[in-house]
This record gives sequence, C-alpha cells and structure tokens, in this order.
Amino acid sequence: MTEKEIFDILKEKFPESIIEFVEAQVGENYIKVSPLEIDKVCAFLFTDSRLQFDSLINLSGVDDANGEKKVKEDGSFNFIGGTLSVVYHLESLKHLHKLTLLVSIEKDKQDVVSVTDIWAHANWHEREAFDLLGINFLNHPDLRRILMPYDWDGGFPLRKDYKDPEFYEGMKIPY
Amino acid sequence: MGLLDKQFADDNIIITKVDDLLNWARLSSLWQVGFGLACCAIEMMATSASHYDFDRFGVIPRPSPRQSDVIIVSGTVTLKMAIRIKRLYEQMPDPKYVISMGSCSNCGGPYWEHGYHVLKGVDRIIPVDVYVPGCPPRPEALLEGLMKLQEKIRNESLIKKTT
Repeated sequence: MTEKEIFDILKEKFPESIIEFVEAQVGENYIKVSPLEIDKVCAFLFTDSRLQFDSLINLSGVDDANGEKKVKEDGSFNFIGGTLSVVYHLESLKHLHKLTLLVSIEKDKQDVVSVTDIWAHANWHEREAFDLLGINFLNHPDLRRILMPYDWDGGFPLRKDYKDPEFYEGMKIPY
Repeated sequence: MGLLDKQFADDNIIITKVDDLLNWARLSSLWQVGFGLACCAIEMMATSASHYDFDRFGVIPRPSPRQSDVIIVSGTVTLKMAIRIKRLYEQMPDPKYVISMGSCSNCGGPYWEHGYHVLKGVDRIIPVDVYVPGCPPRPEALLEGLMKLQEKIRNESLIKKTT
C-alpha cells in the first residue's frame, strides 16, 4: 500500500488528529500527526488488518533549529521559540510496506504521548529522545536519562543551542 | 639492564644494588588492570595475544585493581566512566602507574570540540606516566609505551626518597 493510500485511510478514521501529508523533496514522504493523538493513531496502524505495522524501525528526536536566533556577544546563540520533532519509521513485515510519521511540538510544551504500549522497544528510543533533546513522553513507564549521567543537569546536548557546562562533578568539560 | 649480564661463575651469589633488584623485579612483572574502554582495547587485546605477546614482558591482566601495578586507559573516557576510572585507580596499591593509550584518552581525540560526554584527557582526573599516541595505536606502539614505562621504573628508587 502506498503512503498516500494509508494517509487516506487514516484521514477518514482520525479527521482531527492527522494533520497533513507531506511530499518530501528529498527523502521519504511523511504524515504529520498531532502529538497528543499519536498513540491512538499508532494503535490503529498496529491492529488494522490492512495496515499491520508490527515493527517500529526507529524513533528519533530532532531539533528543527527554526526559532528566532539570538546571537550573544561571545558568539554563542539561543533559539527563542521553534519546534522539536519526533519521527517514527514504521514497517509492516506482513504487507511489506513502510510509513514515516512525524510529530512536531513547540519547544516550551515538549509533550508527546508515548507509544511504548504498542511497541515495547520504543521504551529506550523515547528515553534517548528525552535525554538528549528534552522531549517529555507522557505515559512512559520509566522516563529516566539513558546515556547521560543520571545526575546530569547541564542541559540537553543535541539541542542546537546547547552549550557545554564548565564542570561536571569537579571535572572540567570544555577542551 | 645489568642485573644478570654477568655469568653465574662462583656458586649462587649475585652482587647487586637493592634498588636495582627491586626495580628489576617490579618492571618485569607489571600486572595491568583487566580493563578496556573502546576500540583501543581491541588493540590492547591484540597486544596481549600470541602474536605480540605482552606476557613476555610479564604483563598479565588481573581481574582486580587491588593486585595490579599498572592501568592502561585504552579508549574514550566518558564523563560517566571517568568517575569509575578514578575509583579503580584509587583502589590500586602503590607504587602504581598509568599508561594513557590513544588520542581519546590523551586529549579527547576526535571528541575534543563537540564531545559533550567526553573527558578531554584522562590526565584531568589521574596522573599519567606514559602517553601512547595513535588512533588507535598499533600494538608496537603500545609495546614501546610499556618499554618507556619500564625505563622510568628502572631509574626510580624505592629506598632513597628523591623528590
């Protein structure tokens, strides 16, 4: 089934939560979904006999770097506003079709509903997105840091405006 | 060298300095902490294996820092790991030595600018005796580093306090 056909099925089922179908200039076409409805959409994609997306290939967080850039005197910069995204790559091993979903959230809200109930391995992927970008996954069973130290409070390293803190546990971090 | 280059001519008596004897014993059985961090650890294992044979220098990996003389920091020191390395080092009995193996552990290596998780050089937490450059260093380079460390030990004195 093509992405466009899947989009039509979804649009009919969830007229509110499916936002748009984006034909990408480069890379894969994707479907934009509302962040607080993504779990319902995914549950439908997982169970519906025509779709049966039984495999979540990857779940990744992205900083879109699209806010208002404010450059400080020392050359470092901040983004005011802007969005973060979560990208879901799905595949059905039954029907051998693929789909890309994208959820976009405001940087100051950061809430996305977790899909761990549907694909258990989303657990660690979501922890990574939380750890490195500060995306908050609602209903996640165990939302702890996964890569950075548990007591890290130096910010979210994959944000485009991240700056290394001077020290961690008495150790100097910058070169 | 000099300890055993004279032949055993008369009975079993050797005359030498206490310092030379102790140093010879120490540098001939440097037990290392069985500990690897990243790709450098693969080279370290290759050095330990039969082709390069670390064992001919008396280097044996020990599973406990409490029975070790030298720690080879072989790979990227992340901030999380740095705390553990410091604890391992503190558990080792004196006299103890550190070989920093590879660019990452020398100075941060390729992570020097954007490595938010990497300590830029293990010498920021523990004192290093020998730096082995390379990414990763070939086994010959690690052997050279070990021989430099042996040279250092040979010129030390446990009897006289030289500061």
